[in-house]
Amino acid sequence: MEIRTEESIVAHLISEAIRQKFPGRILIAMIFSLLFCRSSLVLAQESPYIVTYNHYLEEPGSLEVEYFSTFGTQRGGNDFHAFWAEFEYGATAWWTTELYLDGQTTFHDSTVFTGFRWENRLRLLQREHLVNPVLYIEYEQISGADKILKEIEGHDGESDSADSNAALRKEHKHELELKLLLSSTFKGWNVAVNPIVAKNLLPSEPWEFAYAIGASRPLTLKASPNRCNFCLENFVAGVEMYGGLGNTRSLGLHDTSHYLAPALAWNLPSDWTFRLSSGFGLNDNSHRLLLRWGISREFSGFGEMVRRWFGGQR
Amino acid sequence: MKTAYALFRPGGHLGLASIGVVVASFVVFEISGALAEEKDAGAGQIRQSTYAALAEAPEKARVKKNPLEGDAEAVAVGAKLFEQHCAECHGRNAGGTKKGPSLLREEVHQATPGTLFWILTNGVVRRGMPVWSKLPEQQRWQIVTFLKSSTAQSESPQSAKPAPH
Repeated sequence: MEIRTEESIVAHLISEAIRQKFPGRILIAMIFSLLFCRSSLVLAQESPYIVTYNHYLEEPGSLEVEYFSTFGTQRGGNDFHAFWAEFEYGATAWWTTELYLDGQTTFHDSTVFTGFRWENRLRLLQREHLVNPVLYIEYEQISGADKILKEIEGHDGESDSADSNAALRKEHKHELELKLLLSSTFKGWNVAVNPIVAKNLLPSEPWEFAYAIGASRPLTLKASPNRCNFCLENFVAGVEMYGGLGNTRSLGLHDTSHYLAPALAWNLPSDWTFRLSSGFGLNDNSHRLLLRWGISREFSGFGEMVRRWFGGQR
Repeated sequence: MKTAYALFRPGGHLGLASIGVVVASFVVFEISGALAEEKDAGAGQIRQSTYAALAEAPEKARVKKNPLEGDAEAVAVGAKLFEQHCAECHGRNAGGTKKGPSLLREEVHQATPGTLFWILTNGVVRRGMPVWSKLPEQQRWQIVTFLKSSTAQSESPQSAKPAPH
């Protein structure tokens, strides 16, 4: 009964927003309704990776709402705090789709919204194999002020983000990014390798290359009988390494940046996951430190719930 | 405040992004809904083929022994893991929901522990069950131990038929 009441309130909020033609309010109503709605108890089993992807997709019908922050040091400019929200939906067991909204604050400068990304991950093989491939396709429309540094591509380096936000925002990027997510899980260890190619959709721009690799393992493999927040089984530790590999005009490691980042995920029985990662720049072209943290919550049965909001029968 | 206004003002980036979100969400829900409808069509056939996935387990996987067989603690832990990861689709008592089939049926009861472990590891992706190899091997065996300890219940006279092998 209680769930029905919450749903009817949410349905009312959304229909009012639609009636008044405020798309922004629709989005805000949806986000707030999510925060307050109840979902079934599902323990997320998230990896600690923030940049690297393994082959596990979102469960069908589940929505994961995530918020991430990156604090970055900047030589020749002001340090920054970049942040992004992710809405990750399991459309089917083999297709996950995800929307990102990016922004950043550069200290002693300003706070700006820097763009959005839409990514899709498609599982290529039905069953588990020694190496499991997943195809990743992303379209991004961001400004030059985007500093979330989720992908380090081509000859990206620290000096690219040294300018003021006003100057950086003049650059607009429409990019297509393709990754092959190769991942293997054995004896509790996950190893993931992501070769990356990216193309600014301007014809004059070259194809850029990059990589991300990661390894992770839960702190213990056997679960305990008690429901607990601090059990070792809830923690997954790992390490990531990522960086650029040049572009079609100038392939190689010169003028590229690279990072090594130990990471930890804490999966709580209450559906919440916390992630922490500190990335250390490996050469002079890299930011010295990228300290990242994130919080996420999984809403299982979200697809069903939305269909009911809009009067669907399932 | 000024920044917040700039983000939300009519025609601002976030306003456009909101429209994009709503349109993209609609497309995704429609497509995934259509795929679900396709799955629902001929529910009897689908149900049969869902259980038929048990017969797809290779011999090597089927004869695998459960290292936790008879372990009472594994049953308790498996029950907890089942509630956390499986109950959403298969129901709290494993009796099935609209999203996932009952695991109390004869087909599941008669399947070897190795078969259930194989299904858990590989999922039945085309039918919407994700792969669960992200759970460590021990935890997957703990779930299998719990499932095997559950009493098989017949839902209908038809369900008493063994799974096609």
